[in-house]
Amino acid sequence: MIRVVLPPHLRTLAHVGSEVTVEVEGQATLRLVLDELEARYPMLRGTIRDHVTLQRRPFLRFFACEQDLSHDSPDAPLPDAIVSGKEPLIVLGAIAGG
Amino acid sequence: MSKVRVLAGTRKGAFILTADGKRDKWDVSGPHFAGWEMYHMKGSPADPNRIYASQTSGWFGQIIQRSDDGGKTWHQPGTPPGDAAKPPEMPKGESNKFAYDTSPETGKPLTTHQWYDGTQHPWEFKRVWHLEPSLTDPNTVYAGVEDAALFRSTDGGETWKELSGLRGHGTGPKWQPGAGGMCLHTILLDPKDPKRIYIAISAAGAFRTDDGGNSWKPINRGLRSQYIPDPNAEIGHCVHHVAMHKARPNVLYMQKHWDVMRSDDAGDNWREVSGNLPTDFGFVIDVHAHDPETIYVVPIKSDSEHYVHEGKLRVFRSKSGGNEWEALTKGLPQSNCYVNVLRDAMAVDSLDKCGIYFGTTGGQVYASADAGDSWAPIVRDLPAVLSVEVQTLP
Repeated sequence: MIRVVLPPHLRTLAHVGSEVTVEVEGQATLRLVLDELEARYPMLRGTIRDHVTLQRRPFLRFFACEQDLSHDSPDAPLPDAIVSGKEPLIVLGAIAGG
Repeated sequence: MSKVRVLAGTRKGAFILTADGKRDKWDVSGPHFAGWEMYHMKGSPADPNRIYASQTSGWFGQIIQRSDDGGKTWHQPGTPPGDAAKPPEMPKGESNKFAYDTSPETGKPLTTHQWYDGTQHPWEFKRVWHLEPSLTDPNTVYAGVEDAALFRSTDGGETWKELSGLRGHGTGPKWQPGAGGMCLHTILLDPKDPKRIYIAISAAGAFRTDDGGNSWKPINRGLRSQYIPDPNAEIGHCVHHVAMHKARPNVLYMQKHWDVMRSDDAGDNWREVSGNLPTDFGFVIDVHAHDPETIYVVPIKSDSEHYVHEGKLRVFRSKSGGNEWEALTKGLPQSNCYVNVLRDAMAVDSLDKCGIYFGTTGGQVYASADAGDSWAPIVRDLPAVLSVEVQTLP
């Protein structure tokens, strides 16, 4: 069970609380977690990564275990603490704008 | 008694303002989609309870929202509100997907347009500026997007397909973004000819199809723009908005970057009708619901000072289809006012007398229940208003 923390606007869109959980079969990667997240909450499709290119939106970041995973390969294995559910994967919106 | 429902999209959410036919006491609902930019909301002429909304964010991209109950509740088309998806009825979540057509048969594939520095730049989807529901089918709706293209949904917004003949007709590589981006912001459906559609793009110009969107042609003859290398070019004009009266769809009125223009032949030829306006820069233009020769604009000081002239918020009305204009000021601030009225932020109802509505970048939404003779604010302190539409309800 992988815990995912969403930014407030996406919680509103998905009608969920601050944290959701997803199950991923096999080696957990960022891509598989996002695939599963979007399958469970299709209203989030296109909001975290582009609908067509699947590239991360520029003003969003992926943090986990005090590391910025945003520039890592989406197919890299996630840290053990994320896979075990000890730590959440955090989808964070850039602090910018007005 | 008839009612009106005003749909106001703002920088930080949507608001729905309702009143009876007197239009003097208003209920305000909102913010809906709090914190999001609401570029446009518009109701279906065929089913007033069906409203489409463009919800967008620099962080999270484009969301299409739909209401089937007059704005009380909303959902993303094809995606059930609330619960997580459960197989086997997994929704596809396609309603926010605007994928440019690059197929050899229809998209050609057109992949670049002109960038600010004159080089070619890839087409990149950013947001939906304008939603135009079909005049006859609640499930058919058109979307004008940035970077400029026209999409259509025939399933209530669940899926979208580009009408790629527009981008692919030949002039696409010459289109370039205006200061606000390269947006397709105006969509006019001809009520007498279902195959005829007009659209406008900043900064490319106006275009028309006569075959339901398969083929398109520029309709910019007569436009003159000093700020482009060839002021009379076929393409490159920064058209801000175009309006039409449903009883006379061959007559078009245009607020260009500078100049108010008129065409009496479906856009084939344009002539300037700025007349005695104090400045002919502006964004909005609209037509009286019952008089095709009565039109409204809100002149803005200049392209470098985007606020009303002389600190006075004045709507200008022409009862002669242009050239002779009168300032409408009763009830509007006439000193120290420095707001703008954006291109989609004016609408008219179809009551008698015709109601006129507009929203400002200062967050006011003004209404006139007497065709512009007098005005009163419905609300004064909303976020900056991006769009205003109105529905006249039985």
